[in-house]
Amino acid sequence: MKLTNWQNLVIGFIVFLISLPSFALLQDHSQEESIVHEIEEKEEEFDAQSMIVHHVLDAHEFHIIDFNGHPISIPLPVILWTDNGLTTFMSSKFHHDDSGKTVVEENGRRFVKLHETIYQLNEGESAVAFDAEHHPTNATKPLDISITRNVFMMWVSVLVLMLIFTAAARRYKKSDNNVPTGIAGFIEPLVIFVRDEIGIPMIGEHKYKRYMPYLLTIFFFIWINNIFGLIPILNGANLSGNIAFTMTLAVFTFIITTFSGNKNYWKHIFWMPGVPVPMKIFLAPIEVIGMFVKPISLMIRLFANITAGHIIVLALMSLIFIFKSIAVAPVSIAFSLFIGVIEIIVTAIQAYIFTVLSALYFGMATEEEHH
Amino acid sequence: MDSSQFVTPGFGLVFWTAITFIFLLLVLRKFAWKPILGAVSDREESIKSALESAEEAKKEMQNLQADNERILKEARAERDTLLKEARELKEGIISDAKEQAKVEGDKMIKQAQAAIESEKKAAVADIKAQVANLSVEIAEKVIKEELSDKKKQLKLVENMLGDIKLS
Repeated sequence: MKLTNWQNLVIGFIVFLISLPSFALLQDHSQEESIVHEIEEKEEEFDAQSMIVHHVLDAHEFHIIDFNGHPISIPLPVILWTDNGLTTFMSSKFHHDDSGKTVVEENGRRFVKLHETIYQLNEGESAVAFDAEHHPTNATKPLDISITRNVFMMWVSVLVLMLIFTAAARRYKKSDNNVPTGIAGFIEPLVIFVRDEIGIPMIGEHKYKRYMPYLLTIFFFIWINNIFGLIPILNGANLSGNIAFTMTLAVFTFIITTFSGNKNYWKHIFWMPGVPVPMKIFLAPIEVIGMFVKPISLMIRLFANITAGHIIVLALMSLIFIFKSIAVAPVSIAFSLFIGVIEIIVTAIQAYIFTVLSALYFGMATEEEHH
Repeated sequence: MDSSQFVTPGFGLVFWTAITFIFLLLVLRKFAWKPILGAVSDREESIKSALESAEEAKKEMQNLQADNERILKEARAERDTLLKEARELKEGIISDAKEQAKVEGDKMIKQAQAAIESEKKAAVADIKAQVANLSVEIAEKVIKEELSDKKKQLKLVENMLGDIKLS
C-alpha cells in the first residue's frame, strides 16, 4: 500500500509541477489581456481566459446567465471583519461590477470588488488607484468570510446529503428486520463499500469503527460536491476544485492522523526501527516531511484533478467563441461530452482516493507493532 | 486577473468549510451513520446467527440420521439372528420329527411284519388243517371207492404201509 501512496504523491506532484508553468503563463497573459480588455471593452471581445478563471474561482454572487448584455444573478451576503467590526451587506450593491469601480459605503468604510476580491479603501479615499501591475495601492483586504458561491453550494450539498442520509436511516428504523427499502437500498451498497473496501482493509478490523463517520462523511461530501461542480446550471460552483476546500479537508485528515498516532507511529517517524543508527538519523527528517507531504498531496490531488476537468470543458466550449464559428460547436460538444463522461468517473474516483488515503494514514497511525 | 488566486486558499472558504464539515460530520454521525451502520451490522449479526443455527440444526440432523442408521443396523442384526435361530430351530424340529417318524415307522413295520408272520402261520396251519381234512375226505372217498373191491383194498393197504414206512 505504501507504494501506491508514494505513487499517488508522485502523480500529485507531477500534476502540480505541470500546472505551475501554465499558471504562470495564465498570469502573465492575463495581465496584458486585462489591460487590453479594459481598452477594448466596448468591442466586447471574447476573453476565454477570464471566462474560465471566472468560472473556476469563487465569486460573491451566483451568476446564472447574461441576458441582453445584462447579467442575471442571485446576490449573496458579503460578510467582512474590518477594523470597525463586522460589516455585512448584499453583493448586489456592487451592481455586478468586478473591476473596482463601484464603491460601496457600509459601516463607515468604503469597499470595492476587484476580481472577486473585496478591498477596503483607506481612510478618505473615494476611488481605487492601481499601480503598474494593476494591484490596488490605496486599499487593504479585510477578513472576508462572505457567503460566496462556493459556500452557498456547499450548504446546498450539505442539505442534500442530510436529506438523503437521514431519509435512508429512517427507512431502517421503519423496517422491523433492517431490510433496506427505497433510498436505503441505493445508499447501503455505497456505505458498505466505504466500510468493506476502505475502512476495514486500510485501518483494520479492530479500529475501523472509530473512523467510519469521518470516512463516510468525507467520501460523500467530496463526491456530491464534485458532482455539483459538473452541473452546468449551477454555473460550475467549483467547490471541490478550490484549494481552500481541499486544504481544509486535508487538514482535518492531518489532525486526526496526528492525534490518533500511537507509540509505534511516532517511533517510525523519529527513530525508525530495524535500521542502523545513522540511517535512523537520516530518515527522521524525511519522515517528518512525509508527515506533512501526505495531507499536502491530498489537497493538491483533489484540487488539481477537479480544476483541470473544469478548465478542459470550459476551454473546449470557448473554442466556439474563439473561432467565432458555429461549425466548431459539434467538435467542442463531442469533446466536452467525452471529457464530461470521464469527469463523472473522476468525481467518484477522486472522492474514493481522498477517502482511501485518509483511511490509509489513519491505519498507519494506529498500526500496532508486529515484528 | 491574478491567477495566483488559484493556489491561494481564501480564508472565508476555509472558515466556512471547516464549520460546515464539522457540522455535517456531527449531524450525519448521529442521524445517519450510526443508524445505518448499526442496522447493517445488526442484520449481518442476525444473518450470521441464523446461518450458525442452521449449521447446528444440520449437525443435529446428521447426528439423528447417524443414530437412526445405527438403530436400523442393530435392528437388522437382531432380525438376522432371530431368523437364523428360527431356521436352526426349524431344522432341529424337522430332523427330530424325521427321526421319530422313522423310529415309529420301523416299529410299525416290525409290528406289521410280526402280525403278517403270525397271520401267515395261522393261515398255513389252517390250510394244513383244511388240506388234512380234504385229504382225509378224499382219502375216505378214495378208500370207499377202492375198498369196494378186495384187490384194491389190499393194494391200498400195501401202499399205505409202504408210505408209512417211507414217511
